[in-house]
Amino acid sequence: MSSDKVLTARGLRVEFGLPGGRVARAVDGVDLDVAPGEIVALAGESGCGKTTLARTLLGLERATGGEVAFGNVPLGRSTKALKAYRRQVQLVLQDPSGALNPRHTVYDAVAEGLRIHGITDDEPGRVAEALSRAGLRPPERFFLAYPHELSGGQRQRVVIAGALVLEPSILVADEPVASLDASVRGEILSLLLRLKEDAGLGALVITHDLGLAWSIADRIAIMYLGRIVEQGPVEQVLTEPRHPYTRALVSVLPDSPVAEPVVLAGELPDASRIPGGCRFRPRCQEVAAGNALKVLDQCEGVDPAVLGPDAEPHLVACHLDRALRDPARMSG
Amino acid sequence: MTLLEFRDVHVTYTGSRGRVPAVRGVDLALEAGQVLGVAGESGCGKSTLAMAVLRLLPKSAEVSGEILLDGEDLLTMGWGRLRAVRWTGASIVFQGAMHSLNAVQRIGRQVAEPMLVHDKDLSAAKAAKRAEALLERVGLPPSRARSFPHELSGGQRQRVMIAMALACDPDLIIADEATTALDVMVQAQVLQLISGLVKERGVGLVMISHDLSVLSATCDTAAVMYAGKVVEQGPAHEVFARARHPYSAALGAAFPVIGDPASRRNPGGLAGDPPDPGRLPEGCSFRPRCAVAVERCGEASPELLEVEGARLSACFVAQEGEPVVLG
Amino acid sequence: MTASTTTSPRALAWARRRQSFARSWAAYRAQRTGMVGLVLLGAIVVLALAAPVLIDESALSVTQATGGRMEPPSADFPLGTDEVGRSVLALTLWGSRLSLLIGLTATVVAILIGTAVGVTSGHIGGAYGWFALRISDWFMVLPSLVVAIALLAVLGRSMGTTILVIALVSWSGTTRLVRAQTLTVQARPYLERARALGAGHWHQMTKHILPNVLPLVLASATLLVPSAILMESSLAWLGLGDPNVVSWGSILNRASDNGAVSAHAWWYLLPPGLAILLVVLAFMMCGRALEAVFNPRLRGEQG
Repeated sequence: MSSDKVLTARGLRVEFGLPGGRVARAVDGVDLDVAPGEIVALAGESGCGKTTLARTLLGLERATGGEVAFGNVPLGRSTKALKAYRRQVQLVLQDPSGALNPRHTVYDAVAEGLRIHGITDDEPGRVAEALSRAGLRPPERFFLAYPHELSGGQRQRVVIAGALVLEPSILVADEPVASLDASVRGEILSLLLRLKEDAGLGALVITHDLGLAWSIADRIAIMYLGRIVEQGPVEQVLTEPRHPYTRALVSVLPDSPVAEPVVLAGELPDASRIPGGCRFRPRCQEVAAGNALKVLDQCEGVDPAVLGPDAEPHLVACHLDRALRDPARMSG
Repeated sequence: MTLLEFRDVHVTYTGSRGRVPAVRGVDLALEAGQVLGVAGESGCGKSTLAMAVLRLLPKSAEVSGEILLDGEDLLTMGWGRLRAVRWTGASIVFQGAMHSLNAVQRIGRQVAEPMLVHDKDLSAAKAAKRAEALLERVGLPPSRARSFPHELSGGQRQRVMIAMALACDPDLIIADEATTALDVMVQAQVLQLISGLVKERGVGLVMISHDLSVLSATCDTAAVMYAGKVVEQGPAHEVFARARHPYSAALGAAFPVIGDPASRRNPGGLAGDPPDPGRLPEGCSFRPRCAVAVERCGEASPELLEVEGARLSACFVAQEGEPVVLG
Repeated sequence: MTASTTTSPRALAWARRRQSFARSWAAYRAQRTGMVGLVLLGAIVVLALAAPVLIDESALSVTQATGGRMEPPSADFPLGTDEVGRSVLALTLWGSRLSLLIGLTATVVAILIGTAVGVTSGHIGGAYGWFALRISDWFMVLPSLVVAIALLAVLGRSMGTTILVIALVSWSGTTRLVRAQTLTVQARPYLERARALGAGHWHQMTKHILPNVLPLVLASATLLVPSAILMESSLAWLGLGDPNVVSWGSILNRASDNGAVSAHAWWYLLPPGLAILLVVLAFMMCGRALEAVFNPRLRGEQG
């Protein structure tokens, strides 16, 4: 894997000040890599910080700690550096109806990136090419259309074409199909998969839908309260989840590979009140069932370290998991 | 006795684009203590069907056929009787709880309100007590009765909506995409709650959703709607796992089963867009998007017929015993 | 669709503009009051432009006046005469030129200031936005006529200062409107998309915010013109107008100064008064119709 086009986050933190002097730690130490030619799914419940993470990766939100880098070059603050970076890393938003200016035609929406970056040679050709890569063929037929004249799936293709026109290496897609009709979803996901396979595009797909990750992603990172708690290849993480939170998420899906459904009580705590020790402990089914008695003092007192990138293919931030793995390793 | 029965229900909207058929002849039945799932995409007529039960459709909608609740036709009954039915017979839980709750009224009052309106002898204090008990029943601390809607999370608001639907002990609950906007875990909590209520109180439940996989896990029977018609019907899990209509197969494939190697790196989907109800194609309305269509499909619209056991399908290919999925 | 229209971006842009103009025009035409207002306005503008052709400028000269003092309407003077014997018809017709000119120019200046301050304060925000908003608030709460009188007293009486003074007291309303709309557009995902594409403030403001704000500005401008005309008339009536030119306000000022009221010379007072009323009404009708066309909230948001 060549590292010159890898999007990396190291120890990334994003904090927001709240009224009353409290601080919400929306992203609380995240290490993540996205390379060209791979699709990484970032999954978690709403409020876990996954959208903030995506916005920070795109330079739309300022990190309060850690760094984002592309091809080993840290993301600069200057307008020029950000602009160069954005030719490489592009965004696809959740709601294609809102992501397109209703007063702009499809042509203008797709050409916008070219105009911003001052790319003037063969604008119509580039726009046509991007539209057909996004599956809108023949592209000329869509040039003059307004967003409201298109279906939801077509609009999302226009948004994707608007990102592709700059020939980026990485796409960051925030819930790319959540607002689309069920039968149209597959088409958009197939498009992302095809772009990866044919053009070597990398993608970070943010989703709350684990089935989507199963359909297209190579790797998956599960996020809980601003931290990635488990990451690894999709097959391993989703069919043999090791973190109790991932296990619970997978267990409540229809026809789940985890036999007993575990419905966690309560809801995601506030990002300004992250529990000490392991942040998942108050809702952890293993702690509640008394399975974690041996490591309970660690669960209560020690924050599992931030998962490092790629040291091991399948990483889990859980004291119990580590305790269960270690003797196994020794005996084996 | 059958709790709810649709008999040849048609709904047609009249608007600026002329007459648009939204529901085109639906026959369905639901027993007490059972859960019926209705699946389909936006515009397939599933929400119109739900609204038709309580006659909540706008004036521009023309409804024909019969909708029987405990043997009584809801479409022809007088307004007084209908009001009574709306309070105690059936209630609807909509999607998007924030818009359905009054932003400037405390939760407890909103839950108690239908009880007070319905039962003139009930004292305010007693109604408040009952509201608290209902909130506890749906898994919210009774102290939440003093909260305003904006102080609750999405999942909690959806629970309040369910508590409101239960306020007058209805025999029938219609949940229209009641869990769609919720996270997986919260959705699981709400579904668990709903299933528990069905078992415990013996109410009938109609669940409307675009997510066939959720229906397969919670419903007894499922009906898949496309362009205003039921195209497949049968035991919910079988419809999801072994579809007998190409549309249900595609809808099911949109929600892959984790661990199923066939769906890995192979997102299921359908080419084309859902049909415009104002301009339906000749013959089978699914034909333009169908991969297994044969010549007959362009000539006549298939009826919903039994294909095996308790399973019905409106597909010529399935009716001849052929598989409806290619490859 | 021919090959040339599919390849040239400029042709595409023009085709698109033509289409959207045709759509707005069709929506406008559907409004009856708007059409009545437009016809009325057109007639007034044509009359004002044609004044030199219809009546010679010498009719305004005090020394060359041919009629008697405050004569009632007759065949020679269809609307009677003023205190020095000039035709009131000629005065009213010529006065329309100045009233319209001042009204339109003052509105343009006010709209320019208001839009610039509104868009920048809404988009950039921060300390600048706060400061700009406080200033516009301050102008909004000041009693406009009093401020205008004070400013005119300081700056001297001329057409230029009248325009400037009217613009100064009326830009803040536009700022408010534009700022509110800017904030709405600002929250739309397509601005997030533009930022992710690398768009700077200038691109965001000119390509996304302004096009979404301008229709509303246009509608509010048509409502601002009558108030500017009224303001000009009030100032002229109070004797604060340019003494060397004839406007509807200055006609009324002379009429009341010379006892037209006590002389029951209704022909001297009514024509300029009714003219003001008609223009204001015509602009109001057009403005309401434009608002209905452009304001998505009145039309039902469809993009």
